[in-house]
Amino acid sequence: MGIIPTVACACDVAHWISNQTHGSVAFLHQQGCCQTKPDLDLVTHTLISLGRNPNLASVLLVSLGCESISLDEVADGIAQSRKPVEKIVIQKLGGASPALAEGSRLARQLVGEASKINRIEVPDSELRFGIKCGASDTTSGLASNPAIGAAADLLIEKGGSCIFGETTEFIGAEHILAQRAASPEVGRRILEIVDRMEKRAIAMGTDMRGGQPTKGNIAGGLTTIEEKSLGAIAKGGTKPIQAVYEYGDIPWGKGLFIIDSPGREPEALTALAAAGAQIILFSTGRGAPQGFPFVPVIKITANPITYQHLPDHMDLYIDITGGASHTSKKAGQTIYEEALKVASGKKTMAEITGYSTATDIYTIGPVI
Amino acid sequence: MSRLEAVVLNDRDNVATAVANLEKGAKVELKIGERTFTTELKSSISLGHKFSLRHINKGSPIIKYGEIMGTATKTIEPGEHIHIHNVVSARGRGDLSKEGI
Repeated sequence: MGIIPTVACACDVAHWISNQTHGSVAFLHQQGCCQTKPDLDLVTHTLISLGRNPNLASVLLVSLGCESISLDEVADGIAQSRKPVEKIVIQKLGGASPALAEGSRLARQLVGEASKINRIEVPDSELRFGIKCGASDTTSGLASNPAIGAAADLLIEKGGSCIFGETTEFIGAEHILAQRAASPEVGRRILEIVDRMEKRAIAMGTDMRGGQPTKGNIAGGLTTIEEKSLGAIAKGGTKPIQAVYEYGDIPWGKGLFIIDSPGREPEALTALAAAGAQIILFSTGRGAPQGFPFVPVIKITANPITYQHLPDHMDLYIDITGGASHTSKKAGQTIYEEALKVASGKKTMAEITGYSTATDIYTIGPVI
Repeated sequence: MSRLEAVVLNDRDNVATAVANLEKGAKVELKIGERTFTTELKSSISLGHKFSLRHINKGSPIIKYGEIMGTATKTIEPGEHIHIHNVVSARGRGDLSKEGI
């Protein structure tokens, strides 16, 4: 049962309600007001998509009352998925305490109803993996990314879907990715989103292409930006890219999709959840700790030190040779089977540790 | 069974990447598909660094992950270290990112 504030100012109440109501989780963010229209539209769109994520049985929206985002628009958008949606408005109820009381009352009802839902068996093709890499090191490009790519290929072969983003990491290899597009139009879109992301950085005086690979990367063995980006892209597997979607979109159909998103975890994980991922496969080298409130994140590393040193945050260890052409299929199978277990109820370390408040929604323009 | 010291990520690759610090002269066993073969290193190769699997002419592509990751700026022999001293990126060529699809 998901508790989603429509604006940053409602986050505390949303958080408190989730603390009071076991079986509910809050998605927190810092957006929803004093932004330009394109960003308000993006936030609205993303909130609706988040509410529609299949892992949420029902949603309680928490509004402050004077924010720019339209509570009704978000509620109606989520309600189209036919799940129950309730709303509370803090200013109308009289502030934090009455909002906590009323919100908790509604949340308890929703959790009670959700708890009656029985597990049923569904085919693998119903699964949608979100795929991310973060805190990467040499082991990511060599092993954990290709192994996750093999798991992605497996799901697609079984008729499921996979989504990856982090447009920034395509830079230098976007032409290669474009060649894997299902059509020339999709290829064009891949180049377009990379160009757009790059131009935003240039407008702020940052050359994202010229400084890559970094000195540290070079010392670690990366020779060209193509190589670095290929190592990142490897996590998406080898299947044709069916379509490129915008941030906050829910891809339609099956296969491999790209969502335009930045690489930063708070925004990137949100994009995958908004896109309807029920599980996120997260490749990490140095040990990224983040989970996501209502999508289990499976942390996969090929760095043995990270795996041993950060047990609160790691789920699966892949041998450093796990990305090699003769073993990646087997490593991919291991990851895939873990994903099936998680889909069937096994908890990930991020869920058990409860590490899920560093979330946000991507915006492009200025705060005003 | 000996532990693999280097990996080949795709059967089309002409480079392998060291997954341990390897010494000059080491005979590194590699698996490509069903085949196993050995390359003798012409220099020491650090973890994460690449060495060539075969003779690569100057101007030919360096292939990793099954894709072109750069171009050889010198002729390269099997077992040689492959890095910024003998590879150039194609990224400076803006035309490549706008054509070809």
